[in-house]
Amino acid sequence: MAACSIEDVLAKAEQDEAEKLKSITVQKELDLEFDIGNLVAYDKNRIDIRQFREQKKDDFLRSLARDNTQLLINEIWKHPTERVEEVIVVKLPEPTTALPREKPPPKPRPPTKWEEFAKLKGIQKKKKTNLVWDDVAKNELHRLRNIARAQKIKVPGVGLTPTAQQSTTDLSRAVNVAKVSTASAGKFQDRLPKEKAPRNTGKKRKFQPVIGNFSSEKQRQLDLLKVMDSKKPRLDVNKAVNKQMREDDREESAAKFRKGGKKGRKGGHFSGKGGGGKGKGGGKGKGGGGKGRAGGKGQGPPGGKKGAGKR
Amino acid sequence: LPWAKPKTKRAKRFLDNRASKLTENVKNAMIMKGGNTSMTVTQALKDIYALKKPSAVLYKKKNITRPFEDSTSLEFFSKKTDSSLFLFGSHNKKRPNNLIFGRLFDFHVLDMIELGIEKYNSLSDIKGSKCPEGTKPMLVFAGDAFDHENEHKRLKSLLTDFFRGPVVPSVRLAGLEHVLHFTALEGKIYMRSYRSLLKKSGCRTPRIELEEIGPSFDFILRRTHLASDDLYKTAHKQPKALKPKKKKNISHDTFGTKFGRLHMQKQDLAKLQTRKMKGLRKRRGPAAAAVVAGETSLKSTEVE
Repeated sequence: MAACSIEDVLAKAEQDEAEKLKSITVQKELDLEFDIGNLVAYDKNRIDIRQFREQKKDDFLRSLARDNTQLLINEIWKHPTERVEEVIVVKLPEPTTALPREKPPPKPRPPTKWEEFAKLKGIQKKKKTNLVWDDVAKNELHRLRNIARAQKIKVPGVGLTPTAQQSTTDLSRAVNVAKVSTASAGKFQDRLPKEKAPRNTGKKRKFQPVIGNFSSEKQRQLDLLKVMDSKKPRLDVNKAVNKQMREDDREESAAKFRKGGKKGRKGGHFSGKGGGGKGKGGGKGKGGGGKGRAGGKGQGPPGGKKGAGKR
Repeated sequence: LPWAKPKTKRAKRFLDNRASKLTENVKNAMIMKGGNTSMTVTQALKDIYALKKPSAVLYKKKNITRPFEDSTSLEFFSKKTDSSLFLFGSHNKKRPNNLIFGRLFDFHVLDMIELGIEKYNSLSDIKGSKCPEGTKPMLVFAGDAFDHENEHKRLKSLLTDFFRGPVVPSVRLAGLEHVLHFTALEGKIYMRSYRSLLKKSGCRTPRIELEEIGPSFDFILRRTHLASDDLYKTAHKQPKALKPKKKKNISHDTFGTKFGRLHMQKQDLAKLQTRKMKGLRKRRGPAAAAVVAGETSLKSTEVE
């Protein structure tokens, strides 16, 4: 029973659909050809002359026109529509019938006086290259290095020439350097609410007060005498000699790099690999040399600290 | 052109508008009368001017020329008004109520087709409200003569050119009101003009009902002057810039699927990242040995 009713329902639905479409379907022997871009329809079906003569001409033509227009409208309605300012508009495709032009296509303009001159002289049009954002700011770093080399002052390393990704330590260092670089050496710079006090501020050398603790002063003077009396040398000769040797090596390699770099620039680039190798060695040397001096990227404060500790 | 170079920017703009362009303007039509005209012809010219407005000019005075013999004055007028279509109406005993439809290319005559009016109902004869001026009409050509006969084919192209109006990218659905229907039958061409009413049909596409608004003509094909094949071809030459640029790596197959081509560098197939099979990874240490032992014992039990 259920099966029957389902079939009935489907059949009824089909009938309804057919009835709905009945009003807009048109039966034709040959399908019409359309050029929707021009809103044209071509009906190539043969016209029944007898029917034409039997009916009144106008009525026959009118029904034919109605059918054809219905088919054209059906075809137009198949195209996408859009809403433009409260009006529904159908987007037409490009026209397909080839129609002759009004005038011949435009000829290319004759070259101007400048264009002719440029052609004669062989001047080519140079396209301005688009500037690309430089993440590593290599240009800035090299520029500063050049300035430093020219003026023989140390390169500012600490975070002033920013790299792509900066760690917290880099940033904090940069902040501290920026703080100190005021006229009063950062003494009156305000701190953010949760910012901790910088650690290296204050006097670098603390002198004892002239009149202080007499007993501690006495003890200190006696200890000093004891050290002066002892046979053990204060200076560790080995350590001193090693340190001196290391410094000498560093200076040598720095000098080599400087010589090599200058040569490379003057003589041009001989070979990529050779130059690259030299560059690498030179770079390391320079980095090492930088360590000795209180310079080099990110090496300044710890280097400085080390030096102070040793002394 | 005999007139001097433009001295003002406005004049320059005006001349540039009339110069040859990549995408051209709407074709203008000039409607003129010959040496002798009848009431039918004058009324017919007025009606067609009404259909073709605003891209048409209607001359009031008579021009004593014969287009089929001498087309110089037509060409002069076309240069003056920048029109590439013309409609010349005349009347004499040999050819009563004659209309010559024509078009020009580069201000020289391309095609001319002479149609005689056998029966005519003007706009004013047919009562009822008319379509607003400037609506883009829908055109329908019926009859197999428009497909088989050479002259009819040219006539079809000429009538499309004449009546199609400006080429637009989109059209208001409610504005599709005007229909011009041409039927070719037994050497005669019947032109009817209707107003289409879009009625509800139960589905999205409306049902069409037509209402004649006129004018209506019964034409008979008389003389023709068709352009030679090579002139016709030259007139159809489109500038290269209008052709859509082809993207090189894209191709379509017969089913309409779009294919693209990617060019890759050479890949080391041994080092390709395929699916990760965690179980097949080598494990280190006692845990590995235990697992292996476990697996082997399992296998042995399965075998048993």
